[in-house]
Amino acid sequence: MSSFLSEGQRRILEAACARLVPADDEPGAVEAGVVDYIDGLLGAFLVDPPRIWAGGPFSGRFGGKASFASFHRLTAQEELAWRTRIEGSKGIPERERLGPVVGLQQRYTEGLAALGNDFPAIPPEEQDQRLRSVGPFLNLLYEHVCEGLYAAPEYGGNRDLVGWRSIGYLGDVQPRGYTDEEVSRA
Amino acid sequence: MTTRDFHTIIIGSGPGGSTVADELTRAGHSVVVFERGHNHLIDPANPGDLIQVFSNDELKYMIRHFLGPDPWLEPRTFRHSESDGDHLLVGEVNNLPATVGGGGVHADGKLPRFREDDFRMLSELGPVEGANVADWPLTYEDLEPYYAAAERLIGVAGLAGANPFAAWRSGPYPMPPGPPMYGSLVTSAAAKRLGYHPYPAPTGVNSLPYDGRPACNNCGFCAYFGCPIHAKGDPVASLRRALRTGRAELRADAFVSKILTRHGRATGVEWIDLDGETHQEPADEIVVAAGAMETPRLLLLSGFTNPNIGRNVTFHMQTFVMGEMPFRVHGHIGRSVTHVHDDHIIVDDLARKAAHSAGLPWIRGGLVEHCSPSHVIAEAKQYTWGPEHRRLMRDSPRRDRFLGFCMQGEDLPQATNRVDLDPSVRDIRGIPVARTTYKLHRHDIVASQHHSARLASIMREAGAKRIVTATSPITTGELRFSHAEISVVPVSRHVAGTARMGTDPKTSVCDEWGRLWEAPNVLVADSSLFPTSSGYGPTLTLVALAIRNVHGSHGMPQEAHPAAQDRVSPPGAERST
Repeated sequence: MSSFLSEGQRRILEAACARLVPADDEPGAVEAGVVDYIDGLLGAFLVDPPRIWAGGPFSGRFGGKASFASFHRLTAQEELAWRTRIEGSKGIPERERLGPVVGLQQRYTEGLAALGNDFPAIPPEEQDQRLRSVGPFLNLLYEHVCEGLYAAPEYGGNRDLVGWRSIGYLGDVQPRGYTDEEVSRA
Repeated sequence: MTTRDFHTIIIGSGPGGSTVADELTRAGHSVVVFERGHNHLIDPANPGDLIQVFSNDELKYMIRHFLGPDPWLEPRTFRHSESDGDHLLVGEVNNLPATVGGGGVHADGKLPRFREDDFRMLSELGPVEGANVADWPLTYEDLEPYYAAAERLIGVAGLAGANPFAAWRSGPYPMPPGPPMYGSLVTSAAAKRLGYHPYPAPTGVNSLPYDGRPACNNCGFCAYFGCPIHAKGDPVASLRRALRTGRAELRADAFVSKILTRHGRATGVEWIDLDGETHQEPADEIVVAAGAMETPRLLLLSGFTNPNIGRNVTFHMQTFVMGEMPFRVHGHIGRSVTHVHDDHIIVDDLARKAAHSAGLPWIRGGLVEHCSPSHVIAEAKQYTWGPEHRRLMRDSPRRDRFLGFCMQGEDLPQATNRVDLDPSVRDIRGIPVARTTYKLHRHDIVASQHHSARLASIMREAGAKRIVTATSPITTGELRFSHAEISVVPVSRHVAGTARMGTDPKTSVCDEWGRLWEAPNVLVADSSLFPTSSGYGPTLTLVALAIRNVHGSHGMPQEAHPAAQDRVSPPGAERST
């Protein structure tokens, strides 16, 4: 997979994900491939079409022809919006229509730097302390960890469906759906 | 602009615009439907072929704006009052999808009728200080035949007679209700034990094959998602009929920026394509069905000056009363909501007493939906990070064991609550965006408090271990709630009232047939027309009203409506079209 983050950045991110949602009896964020999910978002435009909207209607997991992995093309305007979100406005006038935007790439670059190169090596309690000290980046990271754990696996996370399986959730079930009996019974 | 290709230009392809396209093409008129969003719904060259691209994908629909509008490309702004300055917030404000099919695509299709008294609130209940309570310029009796037609045209599943508070109806629903969700059976039973009257929610989702589309298979991705198998009564049915006549064109990715007028009549529109090029299209008649926020925006951009445009905007005061249950409820299996009750709409002795002790003449609540959250990313974000996360997700106190009620409370129209043009914020095309100025009336807050206490008692009866209450929008001022708050911006997607119809141009924007007082060949065909919000979702009423207004303003007799005759199929019969 084409990668936005460097190997070093991925190691810091992996250590942070392991603290945010550690494995217990079941796999955690790292095992679910959350690092790939986040790297896939930050590097969405390294592939064509970009990894923004998975295709449809079916994943193939419950029948039908699998189409989630064929991502949608974006219009020029949609590309502008998503590049602005991901890359930031960088002083480009058309990206600053509503004011300057700090992109996700910069927030990750700075956030991971704030956690520090030694982050993977320090004791867990100290890791948690550092995570709490980075404030808004922690909130952003946690949102993305949740998405990487529980979004469709075509986005790079939820590897082998570990996010869904451990909570007894089947995810997308079209075109099979659920029976009327499954709807109404306890 | 000398020649014209179309009799009528319709702006917006949602339930209102699609219905008008269906009615006008059947009557022999030619129409072009402009839609600012993409077409993921129907192949105009082969209207029998429904495009299948909608998917069960929480990230794509609930987080990444697949149905549009992208709030960065097409922001809106919000403030409570002028004292907040130009705006408090720039971004997403009660957005409905910008896509062919509009709000019909993402809604979970609860399609209740209003009651008789919803059309004459001022006469029945009387004025409320600080609010513009008004009668509609029509009665339920006037609208009933069109409600019946709308239910047939969309395909509504329901059970006539199940709701003791329902208005009279001339016939049964075209389909029986779909399977009841387990959680709703639990809350319904508790509600019944306490004397409430839950019933199967009238729902625009096929319970049987209908109109050439399949029955719903209960996938659970209903509200906020397009239907992958087209079992939903989204505007696909009316658009398909219109396109099949050969008299309709569907023009997606086309944003109408202005209605052109001369000597008090509309002559056409100015529109902008995806490349930013501006074009003109002439027509004899314009139908504005852009939704109750984009419609007043367009009227103001076009230079209409009626001071009532955009005023009296309503959203519904939503009250959520949720309980943590000692058992699993699997709200992700089924059509989002299968039971509702109307008791809180009735002004009974308890409601009257609560109103009087708050110094109000009366209070009304709204339809109560029996609901349960179904989405796992949204659930995960509610828990905290750390070693507890996985255990919480498995135990699922905020999804798989979370059950409750959402009341669509009537919010009273107020002149100071309005949609106008933001003085500085522009969309990607450089056009001023819609700004909402909105503050709840004391009525809305008192009604929410009164009914949330009653709903909490039902939740306790249902066995909830812990009850959480919240409202949207959040409440402000001295009556501020003590409980959790969702957002300063209403999230209902039930916006209405911004081009209200009436009998006096001094107090309304449209006449009794939905025509602009300022330009009678401009017809409004969405919930902008509603003088009051009622306690019900707006879709079925705006569709029925669109049929009635098209017929009334074009001299088409109601008896000739095909939905009342040859289109009537026995409940459950599959129609091959």
